[in-house]
Amino acid sequence: MKNFLMTVVVIIIASAVLQPFLPWYVIAGVAFGAGYLIKQSGFAAFSAGFVAIFVLWIAYAFVLSHANNDLLARKVAAVLPLHGNVHLLLLITGIIGGLVSGFAALTGRMAADL
Amino acid sequence: MDFKRFKKRINFFEKLQYTLTVCWHKILGNKLYLNRCCNWCAIKCNSCKLKSNILALVKKPPVKYFKLILSLAITLALIWLLNSKLGMAPPFARFLNPFQGFWQNAENANAWKDDEAKVAGLNDEVKVYFDERLVPHVFAKNDADLYFMQGYIAAKYRLWQMEIQTHNAAGRVSEVVGEKAIDVDRMQRRIGLGYGAEEGQAYIAKDPESKKLIDAYCNGVNAYIKTLKPKDYPVEYKLLDYAPEAWTPLKVALLLKNMANMLSVFEYDIENTNFVAKYGEENFRKLYPDFIDSEDPIVPLGTKWNVSAQPEVDNTLRQAIVTNGTKELFANVISKPDEITGSNNWAVSGSKTKSGKPILCNDPHLRLSLPSIWYEMQLVSPNMNVYGATLPGSPAVIIGFNDSIAWGVTNGGRDVRDWYKVKFKDASHDEYEYNGQWLKAKKKVERYKVRGKADVLDTVIYTRFGIVVFDQSFGTAPSRQDLAMRWTAHLPSNEFKTFYQLNCGKNYDDYISALKNYNCPAQNFVFASRSGDIAIKEQGLFPLRNKAVEQGKFISDGTTDKDEWKGFIPAEDNPTVRNPERGFVSSANQHPTDSTYPYYYPGVGVYENYRNRRINKLLTDGKDIDVDFMKKMQTDNYNLLAKEAVPVLLSLLNKSGLSTDELKIVEALGKWNYINDAHEVAPIYFDIWWNELRKLLWDEMTDKNVPMKQPNFYVTVEFLKHDSTSQFYDNLSTSDKKETREDIVLMAFKRIEDTLHKKEFTEVNEPYDRDESYRKGDLKPHDWGGYKDTKITNLAMIDPFSSVHVYSGGNIGIINATNTTNGPSWRMIVDEGAMKAYVVYPGGESGNPGSLYYDNMVGPWAKGLYFEANYLKQGDDLGAKKLFVSTFKP
Repeated sequence: MKNFLMTVVVIIIASAVLQPFLPWYVIAGVAFGAGYLIKQSGFAAFSAGFVAIFVLWIAYAFVLSHANNDLLARKVAAVLPLHGNVHLLLLITGIIGGLVSGFAALTGRMAADL
Repeated sequence: MDFKRFKKRINFFEKLQYTLTVCWHKILGNKLYLNRCCNWCAIKCNSCKLKSNILALVKKPPVKYFKLILSLAITLALIWLLNSKLGMAPPFARFLNPFQGFWQNAENANAWKDDEAKVAGLNDEVKVYFDERLVPHVFAKNDADLYFMQGYIAAKYRLWQMEIQTHNAAGRVSEVVGEKAIDVDRMQRRIGLGYGAEEGQAYIAKDPESKKLIDAYCNGVNAYIKTLKPKDYPVEYKLLDYAPEAWTPLKVALLLKNMANMLSVFEYDIENTNFVAKYGEENFRKLYPDFIDSEDPIVPLGTKWNVSAQPEVDNTLRQAIVTNGTKELFANVISKPDEITGSNNWAVSGSKTKSGKPILCNDPHLRLSLPSIWYEMQLVSPNMNVYGATLPGSPAVIIGFNDSIAWGVTNGGRDVRDWYKVKFKDASHDEYEYNGQWLKAKKKVERYKVRGKADVLDTVIYTRFGIVVFDQSFGTAPSRQDLAMRWTAHLPSNEFKTFYQLNCGKNYDDYISALKNYNCPAQNFVFASRSGDIAIKEQGLFPLRNKAVEQGKFISDGTTDKDEWKGFIPAEDNPTVRNPERGFVSSANQHPTDSTYPYYYPGVGVYENYRNRRINKLLTDGKDIDVDFMKKMQTDNYNLLAKEAVPVLLSLLNKSGLSTDELKIVEALGKWNYINDAHEVAPIYFDIWWNELRKLLWDEMTDKNVPMKQPNFYVTVEFLKHDSTSQFYDNLSTSDKKETREDIVLMAFKRIEDTLHKKEFTEVNEPYDRDESYRKGDLKPHDWGGYKDTKITNLAMIDPFSSVHVYSGGNIGIINATNTTNGPSWRMIVDEGAMKAYVVYPGGESGNPGSLYYDNMVGPWAKGLYFEANYLKQGDDLGAKKLFVSTFKP
């Protein structure tokens, strides 16, 4: 559990620091590294990677959108098309980032386990 | 060395370094052909590795490797998938991640605060005050800085719009959206928008002052683009997945040519030629008259002409192809709007106003779009203090006022495009006939970059009759004639200078001198000055035309010099009215003159016949006119067409056999006051009846392979009134029956109920509807506003970025010419007495769909409300109306 939380925290902090300057897929590198370095089960590594970016992306998107009264998010959620459902849009945002990060962390773990 | 023991021994940092080295070697090791084993990280040289790999495979289960590779593959595949544009969908992770994606465009609604920035390229400090509607008021210490900052600010709020409009004009949309736009792109280059822009830009560059100011504007746009990181790109770039490019003087020219293209569609050479070939000259004269009885032209009837030179009439000119008796039909035309929505402008002299000073009004009608075509701005330098509507991407104010004068525009609608049938020597198209000789054709190979596909090449041929738009490689088969188009927009001109001089103008003489530079699109420039002058002038470059052969009305002969343009009407002879006795000047896309004007121009029923008469009546009757009077007038919904058509239709309607419901419709129309207010119901009945009747009556002109123009509304009413029998009453879809006038009036009437039942009225519950007060709930499907269902379409055709279900009155032919897609794109009233102006437009200052200021004026616009312009003087600030101030320093 401790390693799980540490992985989550490491990924969140490193991604939050690096993402403003680097393309979004830097999260994969970060998660891979965290997965490689922190010893835990493969399932735990995947979950930690997923949760970290899921939380980070949703939280930041929520903060940005909240200050905008969801004006743009509602429109984009109608473009995609999600019938204007902002919650669903946030969820999808989180899942997309989470999946990449989760698989990258898992890959890191597996590479370390070789 | 044993891996596990080694790992335990080292501390964290060593471990990290170890990991990185191992990774590096593991990834690249196989390719590096290490010739010795790495002692430090235990990577083996290739020969040892091979051995150990075999051993490892024997010792460890291969499933571990398989899992790793699978997991890695999934990770990489996900990254690739989410980072690529798939079909129409944006690259999901790039679009949705909150650090670079669209969430960054969600404008913080409460974070307006003063800011300061250093911008390279400025000569001096510039201050920009933003008011409560986000209208920028730019204060600069010289003109170059002023235009620099106009470009900078326009780009800040409208960059995507600016660029997509110029991409569109340049025939480059396929670069962004792929092959579906290739035909549109080919058309744009074949009508020569890019060619015209290049000619224009080269000409402008010869005028040092214009060049300097346009360059300053472009530098401003580029200075802003330079501040952008991908996360800051407007949301449309993120959706369509591309990046902005540098702004150039050519793009400024392209924008004006794009405008010229939108407003040059009032020529029907090909359509007229087809009509005469099919239905004969007699019908043509009847249905497409040059002038009509109730003409109320811009230059008042009976005005004596005092032109400098009589046009030469060359009677040896050959007859146009049509009157020569050719029965050739043409399948290809440039598509045009069905009916003109047009524009209004007028100015009233002090003799008719309460204040004793002129009032000027203008509302140009265009296709309604978001972001709006206009960007409201105030530009102040020691040289000028001007306020009004600007075209984002182009310097200066296009429609507006300063402290001395005000001006506005409507489309002249004069025919400025002629079509020539050219004759090539052979299939190579290398040479074409001219006065019995063969001239070499100029060929230009256009290259289209198509997103996701190979480039497309297209050879476009240039002749002395213009660009060959339709030829063997472009247009609808089978009728593929070679048609060249001569167009004034291809000729070099400097329209920027006109607007610059108007922006700095002080009086009538400045206005006339400014207009001299103006070629295309021909506009009716209305004018008023604080000193009391009012005027209107139709300005544009118009070819001298031969009346004897009605030059320009039909396709011309492109094998001789006889039908060529031989010269142009001098600017001073263009129709002009200054301080007329009646106390007002006005235009609404009607005929500029009556038939006594010494220069010939084709009329052919393209001019508007309703708004002009309504405007002139209201202004003639008006006394003690003030701003409120003008507001009422600009939003006037009186339907003069209905007033003239409904009694005719009702008198022709056979009422026996109508159902009770249908009789109710007859009663409602009989009682109607002909006002198209949004809450009225009768306008729905009239609209359906009228449109269905035109479809039935003019069905002879709907063959897609033989494009023809429908006769205009006025001619249609007169035709129904006076022609009891005609071949056109017969409906072609009923082969067994020959319909009469009364039959089709009844048939059209019967369709009113059907249409109403069939029309699907959308529920207005769009979750993204912000201003609920004007959209939600207000839409009552069964009144005119709900039925008409005005929509302000997003430029990328993205519906959620559009304003839908805008509830408003009006229609074509009404001063408030708001129909479903078009309408007043900018309403402006300038009161020269109080030095106040009132404006509104269907959009907002920001081009960002994530901004509160994206569509905040749509509601007030639909309701007929106005905002008082915050016209600041040097040293003023906005006080409580200030949103924020940006200071820019060199």
